Amino acid sequence: MAPAWLRGASFLRNRPMPVWRPGRTPGVRTQHIPRAFIMASFIAKRIFQSIFVMLAVSFVAFALFRYVGDPINNMVGQDTTLEQRAQLKEQLGLNDPFLTQYLRFVNHAMHGDFGTSYRQRRPVSELIESRLPATLELSFVSALIALAMGIPMGIYTALRRRGVLSQSFMAVSLVGVSLPTFLTGILMILVFGVLLRWLPTFGRGEVVHLGWWSSGLFTGSGRLSLIMPAFTLALFQMTLIMRLVRAEMLEVMQTDFIRFARARGLTERAINFRHALKNTLVPVITITGLQLGSIIAFSIITETVFQWPGMGLLFIQSIGVVDIPVMAAYLLLIAFFFVIINLVVDLLYFAVDPRLRVQGL
Amino acid sequence: MKATFAAASVLAGLLALGAGPVQAKTLRWSYQGDIQSLDPMALNETFTMGTQDWFYESLVSFDKDLKLIPRLAVKWENTEPTKWVFHLRQGVKFHDGTAFTADDVVFSWKRSLTPGSDMRSFAMYASEVRKIDDFTVEVTTPQPDPVLPREWIDMRIMSKAWSEKHHTTEAAGIKAGANNYANLHENGTGPFMVIERQPDIKTVFRRFDGYWDKNLATNVTDIVFQPIAQESTRTAALVSGEMDLILPVPLQDWKQLAAYPDISIYHRPETRPIVFGMDQSRDELLFSDVKGKNPFKDIRVREAMARTVDVVAINKKIMQGAARPTGTIIASSINGYDDSFGQPRKVDLEKAKQLMKEAGYPNGFTVQMDCPNDRYVNDEKICQAVSSMLARIGIKVDLLAQTKSKFFAKTQTQGGNQTSLYMQGFSPSSVDAGRVLDSVVQCRNREKGLGLQNWGGYCNEEVDALIAKIRVETGEARRNAMIKQALTIVRNDFAFLPIHDQPLSWGARKGIEVRQRADGVLNIRDIVMP
Repeated sequence: MAPAWLRGASFLRNRPMPVWRPGRTPGVRTQHIPRAFIMASFIAKRIFQSIFVMLAVSFVAFALFRYVGDPINNMVGQDTTLEQRAQLKEQLGLNDPFLTQYLRFVNHAMHGDFGTSYRQRRPVSELIESRLPATLELSFVSALIALAMGIPMGIYTALRRRGVLSQSFMAVSLVGVSLPTFLTGILMILVFGVLLRWLPTFGRGEVVHLGWWSSGLFTGSGRLSLIMPAFTLALFQMTLIMRLVRAEMLEVMQTDFIRFARARGLTERAINFRHALKNTLVPVITITGLQLGSIIAFSIITETVFQWPGMGLLFIQSIGVVDIPVMAAYLLLIAFFFVIINLVVDLLYFAVDPRLRVQGL
Repeated sequence: MKATFAAASVLAGLLALGAGPVQAKTLRWSYQGDIQSLDPMALNETFTMGTQDWFYESLVSFDKDLKLIPRLAVKWENTEPTKWVFHLRQGVKFHDGTAFTADDVVFSWKRSLTPGSDMRSFAMYASEVRKIDDFTVEVTTPQPDPVLPREWIDMRIMSKAWSEKHHTTEAAGIKAGANNYANLHENGTGPFMVIERQPDIKTVFRRFDGYWDKNLATNVTDIVFQPIAQESTRTAALVSGEMDLILPVPLQDWKQLAAYPDISIYHRPETRPIVFGMDQSRDELLFSDVKGKNPFKDIRVREAMARTVDVVAINKKIMQGAARPTGTIIASSINGYDDSFGQPRKVDLEKAKQLMKEAGYPNGFTVQMDCPNDRYVNDEKICQAVSSMLARIGIKVDLLAQTKSKFFAKTQTQGGNQTSLYMQGFSPSSVDAGRVLDSVVQCRNREKGLGLQNWGGYCNEEVDALIAKIRVETGEARRNAMIKQALTIVRNDFAFLPIHDQPLSWGARKGIEVRQRADGVLNIRDIVMP
């Protein structure tokens, strides 16, 4: 039996309902196979699948690289002879058919070698490693901001639907979903960077190196630099979460168990936060998990506007000069992130929803 | 390395707080991209080369007016038509303290011939570089070369001992260059040392105390360079006071920046002219509705176009009047320029229409125009303006404006010059017309590697004969007379459709003295901070 707070959770409607297969009584199965084993086999299966996802992503990427432009011209000066250019192209294997190039990439990638950046003449793995912390830090702080502001705003707008503050939250959220990120970013730079001069307009400030990780969270300038990009990136997610929480809250408030709770004479506070909110949070957690992947992937624009030295900016710069090794590695990494995040989210379902556990996945 | 970075960050932080030495002057500046490598032979690109000039030096250099001046060589002479002798400066030290000698010159020449080097085409102007004594080298050229010192303006001298010690005797190429020590470290003789290098993010320079020239104009002691790709963000960083100097400033931002009294805009025409070229070699254009013939082979069509495009209006409307309208394919700041062939053409629509009629195109024709949208100043806008002007004589332009990687892939000789009408901006690093004639004007020959940048395939044997003579003429007056003759023929052939010398546009805090050199290089030696 599901715990009380899970009953009526509306997100379950979006999940496949357990299928009853004749001859395979779910209850029987769990008795014979240890739970840890099911879990392990599930993870193994997912990781196995993730390899195919990454192979497919890099395959599509390589098929598209031919249309990005000529990398050679960005690697040489205007006086470099045709012969030298042709030589370089040959050396880099750019004359090979795309399938050959792709298989070579896969082969090297399996050995952990992502090649050398055409633009920076440094190993791609080293380049990504130096840029990854900036992106992850920005993404996690944005996700935290989105949650910390989105959830209370969602609850408030659901409980005080006609309040002036609720109406203005809703109006602001409309702006949040409709304004493009680069515009919000530039507007923030104009207001807080140029007019008020409270915050730095670009970059990451001073960073502290902890092993290979670099963090801006421990310095004043690092924290100040983080504010504008993090808010810009969080704005869309924040409005999404707020609207989600609001919709879920409104729905849950209509359900029977809330009415029973009222009948039992529980306080408004207990009803709203202990019973109603808990039920709305399940979909919020899953959506947030999935959105974290897109925050990481779509930080490209925010990073470009604020010259944030993360992977998104690196990717954009690499596209500009057709730096194929960096583009390939970036896309692969993002695909990997999505696979991992999906895996974690699925495991959360597994933990939260007994019906899925029973089904044996 | 990370430890040094951390230490350097702390140091930079202190400087920003003003806790440095008493006369410390820190210049914080930004450009749209980064130096692509610290290796002076890795990439022959204006910005990378120009900034490397702060820490690596060549035998000769340019002053603020692009006149040739001594740098690591004190004087040079053309002892025989095929021999140049350079007398080297004594008492010069590399940043690691070792002394500069002729061995370093010979070594650097050899290094720039290695496979990873992008300076090979320049290094190949010499067949031998020989040490005569510790402070004299003799350069032998395969044929008489009157402009070798100029051509070698970017041939930087590295320390032989240092390069050998760090196993970087080959240039940091793309294939084998990963982890080449010289890619992230420098050891030049220049007035500034790189003390922190985070590619794409931040590069910090410090004044080199052992620099040989004690009379440098600049009083800058520290430099923090941080690239900012986004134009509006870069401008915002200048306005907010986080930057002292930014380049470039978009021309369309001038009006807004005028509202800030503490910011000055510097602008001047660059060494880079913007011209349009057309396919004059194929019998039928690749991208046009004219079949069976090539309208651009007809001089009347080319003249009609030149008489239609109003370069003065383009300058006024699109370039804020900062460009210099031109009638030739070399900038006025280039050695060999003369007003006799450089005046812009007067617009004459009646005559243009008449010419089109005579050429057999009374109703015009359709042609595709190739244009970059992220390479030159307002490139796409210029293309749009030219397109609408050409429509007045019936030439309907199908504009294909795309990012530079795609644009160059299509138009360049390497990709087979798949274009009918294109924009081009060629600026010779030698600041000499000879290079332009060699690359852009000379008949294109893919096998021999001639006329590499002559995408349209213009070919005039008379001009070619002149170019061959110019290449080996050591008398400067005679040489310049022949350049004038060649470029006059090019003008009368309407071989190209010149628009203007594009403008440089920089922004700086008031009080900083900036001398803008026409080749677009930020010459740190001239910058004086208040």
